[in-house]
Amino acid sequence: MNLHEYQAKEILAKYGIPVPPGKIAFTADEAKQIASEYGDLVVIKAQVHTGGRGKAGGVKLARTPEEAREKAAQILGLNINGFITKKVLVAKGLHIAKEYYAGMILDRVSQRVVLMLSKEGGVDIEEVAAARPHALIKYPIDPHKGLRPFEARELVKRAGMEGNLNKLADVLVKLYQAYVGIDASTAEINPLVITDSGEVVAADAKIVLDDNALYRHPDLTPLREFEAEHPLEVEASNYGFSYVKLDGNIGVIGNGAGLVMYTLDLVQRCGGKAANFLDIGGGAKADIVYNALKVVLKDPDVKGVFINIFGGITRADEVAKGVIRALDEGLLTKPVAMRVAGTAEEEAKALLKGRPVYMYPTSVEAAKAIISMTGGTK
Amino acid sequence: MSILVNKDTQVIVQGITGREGAFHTEAMMKAGTKVVAGVTPGKGGQTMLGVPVYDTVKEATKHHRVDASIIFVPAPAAADAALEAAHAGVPLVVLITEGIPTLDMVKAVAEIKAMQNVRLIGGNCPGLITPEECKLGIMPASVFKKGRVGLISRSGTVTYETAKALSDAGYGISTCIGIGGDPIIGTTFKDLLPLFNEDPETHAVVLCGEIGGSDEEDAAAYVKEHMKKPVVGFIGGRSAPKGKKMGHAGAIIMGSVGTPESKLAAFAEANIPVADTIDDIVELVRAKLG
Repeated sequence: MNLHEYQAKEILAKYGIPVPPGKIAFTADEAKQIASEYGDLVVIKAQVHTGGRGKAGGVKLARTPEEAREKAAQILGLNINGFITKKVLVAKGLHIAKEYYAGMILDRVSQRVVLMLSKEGGVDIEEVAAARPHALIKYPIDPHKGLRPFEARELVKRAGMEGNLNKLADVLVKLYQAYVGIDASTAEINPLVITDSGEVVAADAKIVLDDNALYRHPDLTPLREFEAEHPLEVEASNYGFSYVKLDGNIGVIGNGAGLVMYTLDLVQRCGGKAANFLDIGGGAKADIVYNALKVVLKDPDVKGVFINIFGGITRADEVAKGVIRALDEGLLTKPVAMRVAGTAEEEAKALLKGRPVYMYPTSVEAAKAIISMTGGTK
Repeated sequence: MSILVNKDTQVIVQGITGREGAFHTEAMMKAGTKVVAGVTPGKGGQTMLGVPVYDTVKEATKHHRVDASIIFVPAPAAADAALEAAHAGVPLVVLITEGIPTLDMVKAVAEIKAMQNVRLIGGNCPGLITPEECKLGIMPASVFKKGRVGLISRSGTVTYETAKALSDAGYGISTCIGIGGDPIIGTTFKDLLPLFNEDPETHAVVLCGEIGGSDEEDAAAYVKEHMKKPVVGFIGGRSAPKGKKMGHAGAIIMGSVGTPESKLAAFAEANIPVADTIDDIVELVRAKLG
């Protein structure tokens, strides 16, 4: 689950990391009001779940409350990578001397949380990593010991960061405490600013939470914003499906993430494009298949559906029953190509015999068929 | 021969009294697995599917020779269950549970890897099977025929399809391991390749990888240096967009890490032919084994 910058900063502040004072505004007038409270330079930042806000015009400075109102009016409603800006953070401006980078991510190779540190902050860190790998320090943290202050100090020195060593090291130690405390999967401060007066401040922050651990953070669960997600993804998650909206026109339903991924690959190999990823999971009954069809067919981009089932614990006849229910209720307004194999395959075929559903013996044939039924290859 | 499990493997089930645990214990027994006991804290003394239930793994190991444990404990308690089995001296721990908090796994995997003689497989995995001898997992045993191809996979259903295709083609499976779709797992491809390398009944190995992480690249490096047997590869999720989690928590492309291009290049470098479809896997195995 992605958090907004202002939510991430609230969490960091709770763990003792200095952040600039800031408040959320939903209207330009509110932004003006907040700016007049601060009475100084403010920065107005779009709060959207996407990167590249600066380049898209979603971050602006304002020197007066009136200017803050104008700039907020420009940013509110702005479309940034498909996300409409509905709120802005109005934060007190900083007098920046240096911009650094500090981040923590889960690293699969070391199987640990890795601290990343660079004195080249305030820019896209992936670009720094690609262009100058030595400018980015990576340090795997022992999960049983945590990040100790002496390690943090050594890392600050290694990164060549200037400024108050103890304050910088303290931010790193607290960032790790926050990471573990909220079960994050990513926690980044970029830039980590040294001000003219030598203060160390998290000027921007990004936190992604581990969905698997949300159950133990009931205080963080309400931060999920359904309007920031695709409505079909929200509906699918309410049914317990793993669903990802994609940009093609063939709806895909399958059982098992690996098989669904494979099905998407096949559609692409055969010249088509999938409209979604939908995994009905293991052991699905007829009503689950019916609900899956309902979600997929709600997508106006979908011109046809490809159901690919390998029966193991999932019984193919249950899948067939779900499809028949959708047929009987007139839900199947688009062509459906199916391929079922494995447990109860013959029963499924018998149930679907004579029904207006196209059955194919192999995944490849089903993929080719649904592509030609939906307008052919592009 | 086979790797990790065979007809003599004695198994306990952690979480045997739960719905999933009970269902799959019965299926494992039907497939011939020697389930000797179950463990559910607070339910010690009961009998389940004809085997005794203990409160702790330690009690189970006191009364039985335990070669392996399979875990169906709910996600919040799953990593702890794996540690319990490891500390009780169970040499093979298979963690089926899906949705375990990642930092729980970071700690558990670090602790278990530091122990000698314990292997953790999973979590979020279908388990492993030596066909017609021992099923330590949730796969449909009927599609696995005994044979000579070793199969390692990050996915469930793709594994079953591949196993069925190889079985139908007459090659069969020596041992099949589903290593799991999570970012932090106990055993990766490269940990298992040396075992297949030494197993006389495994004549070829199929690696079913997918996008995300760099386990396939590590495996390719091992194959290039050490593998004495032919290896065939497969990569799922080649059409997936960047930054989107495709069902498996581990199947996500982050920046330049985890891309299919990187994995295909590594396989090419190690002379591992890559199948575009599951049917092609069989054809590539046929090209190697005849």
